[in-house]
Amino acid sequence: MSTAMRWFWFASPQTFYPLAGTIARVSAAGAALLAAAGLYVGFFVAPTDAQQGEVYRVIFIHVPAAWMSMFLYVVMAFWAAMGLAFHTRLSAMMASAIAPTGALFTFIALWTGALWGRPTWGTYWVWDARLTSELILLFLYLGFMALQAAIDDPRRADRAGAVLAIVGVVNVPIIYYSVQWWNTLHQGASVSLTRAPSMASTMLAGMLLMALAFWLYSIAATLARVRCIIRERE
Amino acid sequence: MNWGGWSEFWAMGGKGFYVWGSYAVTLACLALEVYFLRRRSREAKT
Repeated sequence: MSTAMRWFWFASPQTFYPLAGTIARVSAAGAALLAAAGLYVGFFVAPTDAQQGEVYRVIFIHVPAAWMSMFLYVVMAFWAAMGLAFHTRLSAMMASAIAPTGALFTFIALWTGALWGRPTWGTYWVWDARLTSELILLFLYLGFMALQAAIDDPRRADRAGAVLAIVGVVNVPIIYYSVQWWNTLHQGASVSLTRAPSMASTMLAGMLLMALAFWLYSIAATLARVRCIIRERE
Repeated sequence: MNWGGWSEFWAMGGKGFYVWGSYAVTLACLALEVYFLRRRSREAKT
């Protein structure tokens, strides 16, 4: 079987089902190990922050959760677009499977941000561009899920959801660049691909370990959910 | 951080409510998702 053929082989929900189960189990185990390592580094290795004291340790879930919330939306929109363009059943199922986990990480980013904002900014919430666009992301996830749930015919539900998901993807760069485009209370990025990170290396290590843990957790949760969807639909 | 005992650890420099409030809700969210996924998976198999 050629490589291309093999991809088409796994594009069928029935053949993907057992593979998804294996990947989900391995990812879940990896997520647990990386989270344990990340929390150890985050609480016992990373130093106390000179300005913020101990409260900055919220960063080890806040930033990874916020990254995942944006990344999962792009992946969801990608699968939705694939489903719309090629009418592949599994693509649309993947989009549906990602949405609840994406919404969850968006909520976690907002919640931890509020609890971090209170002691550092003096307020749980402010309508600045970063916070507002992240809240819109939560509504996009919830809107996608509500729209799909409201339509009985799965194929029509997939198409309607896909249009919403694709239109909403413009919000992701708005979230990411909001701290540069507008004068926000939220600080700019401490970590980027083009500059050296402006934080202690042990802090960065803890954050990256947690980001990898959340990433593997998302893979596990999404694939476990897509297995449920395959069973329910086929 | 420098280790100064468990009570100091839980206090988080007086900001324990914010730090542990973040971690507790995150853990609860993930645990709930796993619980609902397991339940849905059991129901889908029957």
